[in-house]
Amino acid sequence: MIQAIDGFFARIGRATLGLFESIGTLVLFALTAVSHMFRPSFYFGALGRQLLHIGFYSLPVVGLTALFTGGALALQIYSGGSRFNAEAVVPSVVAIAMVRELGPVLGGLMVAGRVSASIAAELGTMRVTEQIDALTTLSTNPMKYLVAPRIMAATLVMPVLVFIGDTIGIMGGFLVGTQRLAFNGSTYLQNTWDFLEIQDVTSGLAKAAVFGFIVALMGCYHGYNSGRGAQGVGRATTNAVVSASVLILASNYLLTELFF
Amino acid sequence: MITIKDVHKAFGDNRVLAGVNMHVAAGHSMVIIGGSGTGKSVLLKCVLGLITPDSGTIEVNGVNPNSGDRDAFLDMFGMLFQGGALFDSLPVWQNVAFRLLQGKHRLSKKDAYDIAVEKLRRVGLKASVANQLPAELSGGMQKRVGLARAIAAEPEIIFFDEPTTGLDPIMSGVINELIREIVVEMGATAMTITHDMSSVRAIADEVAMLHEGVVQWTGKVGDMDESGDPYLDQFINARPEGPIESVR
Repeated sequence: MIQAIDGFFARIGRATLGLFESIGTLVLFALTAVSHMFRPSFYFGALGRQLLHIGFYSLPVVGLTALFTGGALALQIYSGGSRFNAEAVVPSVVAIAMVRELGPVLGGLMVAGRVSASIAAELGTMRVTEQIDALTTLSTNPMKYLVAPRIMAATLVMPVLVFIGDTIGIMGGFLVGTQRLAFNGSTYLQNTWDFLEIQDVTSGLAKAAVFGFIVALMGCYHGYNSGRGAQGVGRATTNAVVSASVLILASNYLLTELFF
Repeated sequence: MITIKDVHKAFGDNRVLAGVNMHVAAGHSMVIIGGSGTGKSVLLKCVLGLITPDSGTIEVNGVNPNSGDRDAFLDMFGMLFQGGALFDSLPVWQNVAFRLLQGKHRLSKKDAYDIAVEKLRRVGLKASVANQLPAELSGGMQKRVGLARAIAAEPEIIFFDEPTTGLDPIMSGVINELIREIVVEMGATAMTITHDMSSVRAIADEVAMLHEGVVQWTGKVGDMDESGDPYLDQFINARPEGPIESVR
């Protein structure tokens, strides 16, 4: 009986230590990566390629997500608002919801699915095929050459992506509002503009930068520390997407509290 | 010159190196043999400073791998990896000239390209290969590109990790011959890991056999067949019976 209780607490202890070890390793990894962003040498070519890969090629998925979300949001708010004669709030609520919450969060989650997975798979394959070791033997720090440009690119480009997504989302709401719900076009746009404050936009873009950092960090961390073989790379990819998504949602709450 | 003294390394409960001692004189070619999982690759990575030993000392030309200027230390080395480890996203010439384009070299693209083409020719590849991607090449060609990359900056020490794995016997012979020629031509110190006994006989001046984390036998390649060591004898003659357990 005493042995069973001992074993139970030992398991909890091991799990707790393991958790703290993982958090410590991740924090050290993040600090090392960030420190490499501000110390020479700088790989501007690698940064440019990542800006293109993470930013430009994510535009279709972020744009489509925002477009349909904006449209659905307009219908839902109209449906709810009509119960107490508040249909007129549709333009302003669509804009505020898109800019403050749905644009950054949905954009972050979509980019997490696309970019975290791709970074983890790429770095994981490089780890398995010894390309990361090869970089080191060629006097090139892999953290500086592979990790820092990806994290910097995602952090810089994510606010731009989300800003474009917000605009498309609002346009989605505008299309549904004017074509389906018979709003007057210029009134819809006027209401959107009048009720939107600059802080709504900046808080959403600040969130986007944090989400971009998380997306690239999780992809790099899991890929860089990938296990051996196809299974190791597969696990790294899954872990990258899951952890990035969960961290985006958790940090979204904390950031919303901060900007509330 | 590489000196390895009483090096130990374990991963959790798995003791990989249990007191390895080895000396490779400048300009010599040392080949390390031994069964799978005997710590050959770990030893090579310890010498490069990619893995830190738990205890013991390693010195390369009097320098400890994990102290001082890492870039200057790594500049002494060239390495041919088992699978080539070529960078998929870069064309062949950029793979070969990778080191020349950064760090202390920082050559112009044109100069780096010219050197890459020259090194590709040295390993028997045509200049037209330079602009192809590694994925477009056969396994043997990828090994040659890896070899060209290893010698591009004319290092003092070259490591070869299983240079003939996955190649047919003729291509293995070609690679062995190239390695031997290049090492002699450059006057470089070479350390090679292999299971391929034809490689050992073609490349080595000296041989060290690792078994259970220690050097079981070391000596000149010509003394291998008459060593009288039962472990080495079993290994080089590929006999299932003997002191080395065949089921691991």
